Amino acid sequence: MNMLEEKVLGIIEKNSRVSTREMAVVLGTEEIDVINALQNMEDAGIICGYHTMIDWDKTDIDKVTALIEVRVTPQRGKGFDDIAERIYKYPEVNSVYLISGGYDLLVTLEGKSLKEVSRFVSSKLSTLDTVISTATHFILKKYKDHGTIMTRKYEDQREIITP
Amino acid sequence: MSKQEKLLAEKTVGLKPSGIRRFFDLVSEMKDAISLGVGEPDFDTPWHIRDEGIYSLEKGRTFYTSNSGLKELREEIAAYMKRTQGITYDPIGEILITVGGSEAIDLMFRAMINEGDEVLIPQPSYVSYEPCTILADGKPVIIPLKNENEFRLKPEELRAAITPRSKILVLPYPNNPTGAVMEKEDLEAIADIIIENDLYVLSDEIYGELTYSGSHVSIASLPGMKERTVLVNGFSKAYAMTGWRMGYACGPKEILAQMTKIHQYAIMCAPTTSQYAAIEALRNGDDDVAQMRESYNQRRRFVMHKLEGMGLPCFEPQGAFYVFPCIKEFGMSSEDFAEQLLKEEKVAIVPGTAFGDSGEGYLRISYAYSIENLREALGRLSKFVKKLRENNSGKK
Repeated sequence: MNMLEEKVLGIIEKNSRVSTREMAVVLGTEEIDVINALQNMEDAGIICGYHTMIDWDKTDIDKVTALIEVRVTPQRGKGFDDIAERIYKYPEVNSVYLISGGYDLLVTLEGKSLKEVSRFVSSKLSTLDTVISTATHFILKKYKDHGTIMTRKYEDQREIITP
Repeated sequence: MSKQEKLLAEKTVGLKPSGIRRFFDLVSEMKDAISLGVGEPDFDTPWHIRDEGIYSLEKGRTFYTSNSGLKELREEIAAYMKRTQGITYDPIGEILITVGGSEAIDLMFRAMINEGDEVLIPQPSYVSYEPCTILADGKPVIIPLKNENEFRLKPEELRAAITPRSKILVLPYPNNPTGAVMEKEDLEAIADIIIENDLYVLSDEIYGELTYSGSHVSIASLPGMKERTVLVNGFSKAYAMTGWRMGYACGPKEILAQMTKIHQYAIMCAPTTSQYAAIEALRNGDDDVAQMRESYNQRRRFVMHKLEGMGLPCFEPQGAFYVFPCIKEFGMSSEDFAEQLLKEEKVAIVPGTAFGDSGEGYLRISYAYSIENLREALGRLSKFVKKLRENNSGKK
């Protein structure tokens, strides 16, 4: 990865809506170079998507997010990959991480209600052969997500004019 | 003699009020104005630095430090000077922790100036050199810098300003308000003149970390210059720590000793909490500085692009977080321009004259703002410029 690609990532990680033209301006390069950098990184799977950060709590749509610690029996020759795949294929699963420490997989899940999430854990996740145990944690409030503080808006507290 | 005159010191009463003050009052009346007029970072102090300040309070480190500041901090500054400039300063006697860089400026003048000694001040530059010189009974000698030299100090300009009474040269680079820098070659070109004429240098390098082409070079790193330079720096700009009031001076022992004496009587010591935070900044703050520098650099390019788009001439500044476009085409004074811009478009931009008469015909635009804020404010400036041009062509 070159320097330009790194800088492009630095910008779009925070704001993926910045135009290629503006990126070219602020990075002191040509727009075509930015377009190529984005294309290369998309092709290489470095950029996997352009999402929107939503604070669902501020909408009237009900959503619950859960973090589920999963302990599993790794399979010979496959390790954790097969079981991870079985879990991530469920569309309601947001993320699956292999974790060091007291358990193996960390699964995040979004559902409409506690009931829905519970149902998924008890009927789908726990019943998988290789799953030894699960522990479900519901998220009560998001303070900060993807580097963005959700509970406070930026306010310029400086004096309006200073030398 | 009126009662007022008896009450107050003539020297102080005679000081010109800061040009920024008047403008500030004007802006304060305008509630919905947006500003490009701030001379400090928009970033919060990085959390790990704030956290050290808080921790020091929790630990009860609430006492005076030694007059020259915590030894640990002076040692970190010595290490920083060594690694960034290759200059060796003795933490004992050659480094003094001050209340912001501003205090160090005042101290150096008061430590060195005898009545009538001349201080050479290139302008446009920060507002405090001239009044501090006067308060120390010195005589300010202004060197007006030129746009065509990108506001660098040229050897012939320096030479022309020197008299037998010249004692101190102020070198305010990277520069507020112009964004100008002095590169190594520029400094080399004036170093000989400084030595020949036995001048001392106040090198105000508070924006040193905010240099966008190559890295900052201090004049103190040139041969023969360390012993005649008081280098002033601080934490305000590089680490976004303006409110902590943390600055320092590095220089020859005999000068620093006198500065320390004044500091001891007037201030005692710089704030203890801030000193602990500053240690953390120097130890673990390099990444923060690099990140903020990259952000400023992106904004700098953004602003230059917008100015180009509206056809306002401006050299490309390589330091600090200001650009200094020329507005001479409109035939208005900087103040009138700024005032009218404020009234019509509700954008506050500081007129160049706030930083000396040679700032006439220029504006100082600060880019210590988010891109969104810059976009909105510069959009309004663009509209204003267009309107002025239309009016002017209508008159012809």
